[in-house]
Amino acid sequence: MHAEKIMLAHGSGGTLMRALVEDVFVAGLSEEALSRLDDAASLTIPGSRIAFSTDTYVVTPHFFPGGDIGRLAVCGTVNDVATSGARPLYLSMAVILEEGMAIQDLHRILESMRAAAREANVHIVTGDTKVVERGHGDGIYINTAGIGVLRPGTDLSGSYAREGDVVLLSGTLGDHGITIISCREGLGFEADISSDAAPLAEMCAAVLEAAPDTRCFRDPTRGGLASALNEIATASNVPITVKEADVPVKPQVKGASEMLGYDVFQVANEGKMAAIVPEEQAEAALAAMRGAPYGSDAAIIGRVAGNMPGRVYVETAFGATRIMDMLVGEQLPRIC
Amino acid sequence: MDLPAFRDPKVARRLIDAIHSTFPGHPIKIMEVCGTHTVSIAKSGLRTVMPEWVTLLSGPGCPVCVTANRDIDTAIALGRLDGITLTTFGDMMKVPGSSSSLSAEKADGRDIRIVYSPLDALDLAQKDPSREVVFIAVGFETTAPLIAAALIRAHDSGISNFSVFCAHKTVPGALDALVNDPDVEVDAFMLPGHVSTIIGLSPYQFLADTYRTSGVIAGFEPVDILQAIWMLVSQLEQGRAEIEIAYRRGANADGNEHARKLMERAFEPADAEWRGIGVIPGSGLNISQEFSALDATKRFTVSVPRPREVKGCQCGDVLRGIVLPFECRLFSKACTPEHPVGPCMVSSEGSCAAYYRYTDLGKTGGADAR
Repeated sequence: MHAEKIMLAHGSGGTLMRALVEDVFVAGLSEEALSRLDDAASLTIPGSRIAFSTDTYVVTPHFFPGGDIGRLAVCGTVNDVATSGARPLYLSMAVILEEGMAIQDLHRILESMRAAAREANVHIVTGDTKVVERGHGDGIYINTAGIGVLRPGTDLSGSYAREGDVVLLSGTLGDHGITIISCREGLGFEADISSDAAPLAEMCAAVLEAAPDTRCFRDPTRGGLASALNEIATASNVPITVKEADVPVKPQVKGASEMLGYDVFQVANEGKMAAIVPEEQAEAALAAMRGAPYGSDAAIIGRVAGNMPGRVYVETAFGATRIMDMLVGEQLPRIC
Repeated sequence: MDLPAFRDPKVARRLIDAIHSTFPGHPIKIMEVCGTHTVSIAKSGLRTVMPEWVTLLSGPGCPVCVTANRDIDTAIALGRLDGITLTTFGDMMKVPGSSSSLSAEKADGRDIRIVYSPLDALDLAQKDPSREVVFIAVGFETTAPLIAAALIRAHDSGISNFSVFCAHKTVPGALDALVNDPDVEVDAFMLPGHVSTIIGLSPYQFLADTYRTSGVIAGFEPVDILQAIWMLVSQLEQGRAEIEIAYRRGANADGNEHARKLMERAFEPADAEWRGIGVIPGSGLNISQEFSALDATKRFTVSVPRPREVKGCQCGDVLRGIVLPFECRLFSKACTPEHPVGPCMVSSEGSCAAYYRYTDLGKTGGADAR
């Protein structure tokens, strides 16, 4: 692989593309299934029920403290599959490269995907590459799809929350979103904060083991915890009340959110899991979360309770309450 | 910066109890005139812990909300000129003018960019001399010194492709208009901490001296606001009308002279049109003669049709505290954050948005308002 930049010919189906696929993708990801270069992967799936999810990653900058677009593309889809209670097994990846992208960067991204896939115990088994003209992309876009297997009897849904259930959160809120905005805008917070991008399938499995009647998981990505909990409150037609003082937030993230006028409940996370569990299994679920990788800051943050069904409330430390609302439109920094 | 003392729930509880036991003998209305206060009050749920006899009103303190349609239309018209890059604070993007918004214009292909500071806009102009970079300046005395600094820097370093469309406003003029408005009933003002950091205490003195209206300069944490409310109810209970400071760590009686000097050099007082209130004499800032070459309205000619106001929108009354957000007939029906009719629902600091976002009234449309 002698070229340093992606050229349109890398997507043309000829020898350059073959070299890109073999020398960069196959070598970078070191997956046996990929190295066969067949058009489709044949997979062995234990059991009969699978979970299947897909997501596309367009983040800029491509590299940021705590991760990069490749790690996100693996963790994000792994976590989407894991929220159903499934054990993720296989991923596909499709990349759209922009003419002129540095191949060195592509190497770094693929190395990061390889490491994340290994950590999450999944295999990337099929892929595709396209190249678009300069100005028609943002360096690289990645789509991944994931397949996982469900244990018999596993049935989770945001519509299963019941009054009295307990809300768990696996760690601090807002780290990813604030890191990205800080990098993007050169605000300088990223010196103290890094993205939380992480695969959480092991955590979900541990919680399900400890709390078999878990109602649902949600990974609070775009739209943050506010969207995740509002979806559950609406789907289950129950109120949810979160105690502000019990929600873990790093002081730097809190400070940056306030400065930017963001509501930390609406800021994106890429390595956090929220869970709704019945009260009697809450302590066991919490212990399982804390014992799992990336769960050491887990906390019980609230309850399925409150005034009006379908709404999410925040109870402040001195006993006042307000609504935890969902983000409307884009998050825009305020004037002063 | 974390400010644990100003969020200490025990201190907050003590202040809430103190407020409850300081009944001045009649129901009172306290108006805040700062968008950051509006958000902080709503977000911390302070209304839910106030006594029945305290009403917290939001005044014309959200800079985006008080920006007149004419000014937004003018900014949009500037953005449609060839070769212009409009730069703005993020808040302005979604605010509807007579027939468009900056967001809609951007989607239509105009070059409109969000910046965090007018100095970023200046950098942009320096980096790309082929573009005319126009900064849309809205806000109060808090942001005006920054704009002044940008104007001075552009002038001193001879950057010729930078200019400012100035729709700046000043707070004391609006307070004067409010206390003289026969429709407005306010017993006391919670005064803006950040603005006061710049202008100090004396510009508010007329409230107490001429109108016997109390004022307390407040910070922005829940405890700051509770302390200010407690000081205000104490004044009313004791029959005093004074201007006091509850935000000593951020504001002092003299303000910031350096910042004021910058403003005095770059701007001159002017009449300004406030949405819903109309023209208030001397309540705005125009770019001074010295920097007139950097005034976008002088550099470019745009014609703006007569602004159109939306039928039924009561933002003007909301901004004067005459109706509460949920008393507007459009609230949560025709006007929601997804489909805002007026600026008070658009801006993150707008009082309608604050009520909609942080109270049950957004869903019930005011049915269970107390």
